[in-house]
Amino acid sequence: MPVMNIIEAINNALHIAFETDDRVIAFGEDVGFFGGVFRATVGLQEKYGVERCFDTPISELGIMGFAMGCAQMGLKPIPEIQFADYIFPGYDQIVNEIAKGRYRTGNQWSNGMVIRTPYGGGIHGGHYHSQSIEAQFLHTPGLKVVIPSDPYEAKGLLLSCIRADDPILFMEPKRIYRASKAEVPLEDYMIPLGKAKIAKEGNDLTLIGYGAQHHQNMTAAAEAEKMGISVEVIDLRTLNPLDIETITASVKKTGRCVVAHEAPITGGFGGELTALIQQRCFLHLEAPINRCCGFDTPYSNAHEKRYLPDSPRVLISILETMKY
Amino acid sequence: MRSTERMAMKFETISYLDLEGNLPSGFKHDLSDETLIRAYKIMQLTRRIDERMITLQRQGVVNFVIGSRGEEGCSVASAMALKPDDLLYFQYREQGAILWRGLSAEEYSHHMLLNEKDPSKGRQMSNHYGSKKHSAMTVSSTLATQIPQAAGAAYAMKIQKKDMVSLCYFAEGAASEGDFHAGLNFAAVYKCPVIFFCRNNHYAISTPRKFQYAGDGIAPRGVAYGMQTFRVDGNDIFAVYDITKKAREICMRGEGPVLIEAMTYRVGPHSTADDPTRYRKDEEVCDWDPKCPVLRLKLHLIKKGLWNDEKDKAFKDAMHQEVEAAIESARNTPKPSLETMFQDVYADIPWNLQEQYEFLQALEKEKN
Ligand SMILES: Cc1ncc(C[n+]2csc(CCOP(=O)(O)OP(=O)(O)O)c2C)c(N)n1
Ligand SMILES: [Mg+2]
Repeated sequence: MPVMNIIEAINNALHIAFETDDRVIAFGEDVGFFGGVFRATVGLQEKYGVERCFDTPISELGIMGFAMGCAQMGLKPIPEIQFADYIFPGYDQIVNEIAKGRYRTGNQWSNGMVIRTPYGGGIHGGHYHSQSIEAQFLHTPGLKVVIPSDPYEAKGLLLSCIRADDPILFMEPKRIYRASKAEVPLEDYMIPLGKAKIAKEGNDLTLIGYGAQHHQNMTAAAEAEKMGISVEVIDLRTLNPLDIETITASVKKTGRCVVAHEAPITGGFGGELTALIQQRCFLHLEAPINRCCGFDTPYSNAHEKRYLPDSPRVLISILETMKY
Repeated sequence: MRSTERMAMKFETISYLDLEGNLPSGFKHDLSDETLIRAYKIMQLTRRIDERMITLQRQGVVNFVIGSRGEEGCSVASAMALKPDDLLYFQYREQGAILWRGLSAEEYSHHMLLNEKDPSKGRQMSNHYGSKKHSAMTVSSTLATQIPQAAGAAYAMKIQKKDMVSLCYFAEGAASEGDFHAGLNFAAVYKCPVIFFCRNNHYAISTPRKFQYAGDGIAPRGVAYGMQTFRVDGNDIFAVYDITKKAREICMRGEGPVLIEAMTYRVGPHSTADDPTRYRKDEEVCDWDPKCPVLRLKLHLIKKGLWNDEKDKAFKDAMHQEVEAAIESARNTPKPSLETMFQDVYADIPWNLQEQYEFLQALEKEKN
């Protein structure tokens, strides 16, 4: 089985999607001829033609509205937003139009599409190439949110997203685009949406994360293991719809839980997870649910290393929760 | 053809200085010899700083650079035509303008190295300069957001009856954003004294301008929004200066805004994160060598007897030394303190940020 990084796996998934479904089109800034600034769409224009994979003018609201029109005519658009931080000029189209299209039209139209965008910190990108924007979109009924954590996951999840009939925000962890490598089958395969993955089993504490953060969580769990703490690590994969069953089963078993994400703690997805878990697992909890997240500041370039909830910080949260 | 069927609107490009450095006979301008020499020096300084920063980026000292090679004429000559207090809004490839305003190589280096003397306190990426004392708004990466802001600032200048305009830089790619259209429309409706200065440099990262627009560039849009519009040769400092100065006069007469489309070429890569050999041919870039704005001004100065090789060498030696000293000073200046991470989010620090700061402080202490 070939070893791929996340970019290669995504590119491979896109080629399969283009090959197996001629309704699929991809577009965005620098996406066509160049193949994307991160090279995710390389070869698509060459192989499938400029009608199906093309460069757009620089307008995120244009990209999103255009995608919606294409979807309404039965195409399956995969628009790319070059950096998640730049999705906001297209926010209105996504939140008010694309996400609510099915509901608003009484299910006459559905806007199935996959909005691909690299997100997250760790690349010295300052405010505008580092943010984790999932919370803004999780508050949007009608839009699914999927975040893969490695190449195998990325390919299988992306293919599922493309074949689903809903608008989906597919957030790609750009910090580990090339660093994360895994064996990835060349064949077509899909990983079901709405299913979390237990990446490591454990009995003392449940550690929940997604995307690039998941790797920090795995490292922290390995450290905790050395100290005799058995951590169960969950990679959510799909944030909406959430796999609440896997989460509750795990927390009921361990009685302790830490949630970690890069995005600022206040109003972050960790708050939602915490509320859901305490409601469903209250009598099983032996400690308050802990959150290990980004700080409530804009993303500071000079202090990037300290901003991110890296594995030492996750470990501190684990220890705090164990000691409670 | 009836006017309702009109498809094309063509704009001529205003240009005075030819490739050998000659101005048309009888051409008059009000630039003194000293100003012309200073323009040349600032353009060379801009180029040198860009080159050094790109090298430092490769060495891991600077994290990111957007060079302005080939476009120094646009930034320097437009700034020359303004008053020192006129408010500048940047895209990111206009460092020549802030250097013209008097920002020193050392101050620029402090920003590029994101140390504690960076006015933005190391919070943004490098190449996101800005300085209130130079009346130059700090760069934001999000394209085109500065365009409606410049209109708003100009509106405020107008109702405050200030002898002031704003000048907003952006490029042909950013002009596709909704903010561009909103900004021009607002400015025109309220007759705001703002000069919209578009650098049409052919590329937006890898995307050639034919995928940015199907009409004749950006200029016709100014007319459509109801403002006076000019297209100039952006590599001719006399044309850029002359038209920007006219634009300022139009604004001060209450007839603004004005759109200027400066035709130029991005000679270097988009940024240090880009490799243009993947999407354009070297020959295309070489075609622009003789059109270089710095070279053309130099030829002009030599023809006027204001400059020669000897002076050039002496100037460059001294200027290079100044830049090296600036970089050295920036390298020896500490990084911003931990505290700065939590300051300036709001006017005051709320309890949650205070708690987070204390947590991080304790963590840092433990580490050391
Ligand atoms: C809203 C937004 N979308 C996308 C980007 C990514 N991006 C940065 S620069 C750039 C190209 C800009 O081209 P142009 O406006 O022509 O300026 P030039 O680089 O040529 O000076 C793009 C797409 C961004 N910074 N902001
Ligand atoms: Mg451009």
